[in-house]
Amino acid sequence: MSRAGAPARPETPVVPGRGARGGRTARPAGLRRRWLVAGFAAVLVAAVAGIAFGPVSLPPGSVAVELLNLVPGVHLHSGLNEREIAIVTELRLPRMVLGLLVGGMLALAGGCYQGVFRNPLADPHLLGVAAGAGLAVTAVIVVRGVTGADVTVGLPVTVPLAAFVGALGAVLLTYLLGAAGGRDRSPATLILAGVAVSAFLAAGQTYLLQRNAESIQEVYSWMLGRLATAGWHDVLVVLPYAVFTTAVVLMHRRELDVLALGDDEATSLGLHPQRSRLLLAAAASLATAAAVSVSGLIGFVGVIVPHVVRMLAGASYRAILPLSVLFGGAFLTLTDLAARTVAAPAEIPIGVVTALLGGPFFAIVLRTTRRVAE
Amino acid sequence: MTAPTGSTAPTGSTAPTGSSAPTGSSAPTGSTVPAGVAVEVADLGVTLGGARILTGVSLSVRTGEWVTVIGPNGAGKSTLLRAVGGLLPASTGSVSLFGTPIARLRRRDRARTVATVPQSPVVPAGMAVLDYVLLGRTPYVPPLGRESAADLAVAYDVLDRLDLTGFAARPLATLSGGERQRVFLARALAQGAPLLLLDEPTSALDIGHQQEVLELVDQLRADHGLTVLATMHDLSVAGEYADRMVLVAAGAVVADGPPRAVLTDDLLGTHYRARVRVIEGEHGPLVVPVRTRRPAS
Repeated sequence: MSRAGAPARPETPVVPGRGARGGRTARPAGLRRRWLVAGFAAVLVAAVAGIAFGPVSLPPGSVAVELLNLVPGVHLHSGLNEREIAIVTELRLPRMVLGLLVGGMLALAGGCYQGVFRNPLADPHLLGVAAGAGLAVTAVIVVRGVTGADVTVGLPVTVPLAAFVGALGAVLLTYLLGAAGGRDRSPATLILAGVAVSAFLAAGQTYLLQRNAESIQEVYSWMLGRLATAGWHDVLVVLPYAVFTTAVVLMHRRELDVLALGDDEATSLGLHPQRSRLLLAAAASLATAAAVSVSGLIGFVGVIVPHVVRMLAGASYRAILPLSVLFGGAFLTLTDLAARTVAAPAEIPIGVVTALLGGPFFAIVLRTTRRVAE
Repeated sequence: MTAPTGSTAPTGSTAPTGSSAPTGSSAPTGSTVPAGVAVEVADLGVTLGGARILTGVSLSVRTGEWVTVIGPNGAGKSTLLRAVGGLLPASTGSVSLFGTPIARLRRRDRARTVATVPQSPVVPAGMAVLDYVLLGRTPYVPPLGRESAADLAVAYDVLDRLDLTGFAARPLATLSGGERQRVFLARALAQGAPLLLLDEPTSALDIGHQQEVLELVDQLRADHGLTVLATMHDLSVAGEYADRMVLVAAGAVVADGPPRAVLTDDLLGTHYRARVRVIEGEHGPLVVPVRTRRPAS
């Protein structure tokens, strides 16, 4: 295509101080290996710390050895006694794994929503997830209190199941309401629908609580989030959703970069923006609902983690999403460690700790990265 | 700075003969379409939110031609461009690209056929120039895949062509207006489409950068055999670069022809409700606005 001889157009001067070929060394955005390594390192540190420390502290080295022993075929001597091994494998390990899963899913869902709605403040609770789960759980706890039974009138409706159904139901309602605008609706329509649905469901929850004041404490302890009752059962409940939704979101993460250009340009680049957005938002909602069902409402993770990752590792969703899974999991595991050690033997609700730790941490990162950028 | 002679040319060395239309000109209705027609708009009507924006618009653009659509604000220029780009469905009539009705093109094929530079593209926060240009390769990236080395080579090549190599790692948001416009153009070129739609490509630029960008487009058109369909407000500048101009007013085509035939006192007076004097310039007519009344002294 190039014509032989001299360039056919007048040369515009090359930017001073930048070699003409300098850009060849520029690499496309994406997941840098060093950040991936840092993410796995964070998970590893959080995992060992989350298991080693607590009311009974164990040497981290021995804990690491004991974790290696879980790998089939590995038999190493960790120096821990029977009771300590039981603490590691039966109490703290499932709780730590649950923390990794829930934190990873909340952060992934938050990052995903932020891309889908092109709104940096979007988080899993935006579409009514919190309000829906809150109302459903409140209803179950209230009915249980009234009937005095451990299960609701003949139906084995547990709190996690209610939270899951309530969260998904609210998101579905938000979609239906948001879709009422027709084909020309903008992302803002869906967010407004989420606000309306949230307000409506929250009002219902308040009414129920008002009428059944004796349930308030139990409802609030769920709403503030906890990993306390965790056992392998909770892990097994969440695991399939975590694997499925993470796979779906990560496979489509390049589309979020294209969506960042706006719907018109995404369309002219061959994408189907509405379809991509619906698929990604549905996957993120499913991840959130699964997380909420076992952990209650843990705020801040979905907003803070993706933002910190964005500031550190770049604005491409190809980096933000996988790293959010890793750093979100590590963050929640460490937060849980703080929640159960700071006021030991009592436990602080983990949702309170995420907000208390997350807020200042976010402010520090915001300040330092801005200084670096300047 | 010339691009390597390899096959990394953004358009795959599309010759301006029209025979290399991306769909292989194997359109079912191809028999009625003359060879070398890039855009065929026939009796197009577009309705938006109940309002009729375009009515009975017909126009055709030959392969390799530069056609500029002019018209007063609200005439429907951008809507026409969006319909040609496949962003708006036609209420009546049809749009064909290289002989294939646009409704029959799959999204990805359409994206390989026509590239659009919108009037004010979104500048995503924190996105580097190279990444922005690479997004132009989206129609070639497999649905769940990533860019290949060939895609990267095309992006570098386009950056080279547009003197943007030094900017590759810079965030797009930190570039000046003229530099950004070149980047927007680079992304469209990376798309490798033989048809380029430019919606007010120079509206945000000073007169020097206007000329720079339009010269660049003209050069790329010559080098790659691109077809250009643009909308513009500055009539003199538009007339300098267009092979042909189409005057749209109130959603209909009111004049179509070489700049000399469209840029006349009469037509502009009637449809823009402007008092202008048209002066014969070196390459085409120059439009000078004239005040209706003498200023009070």
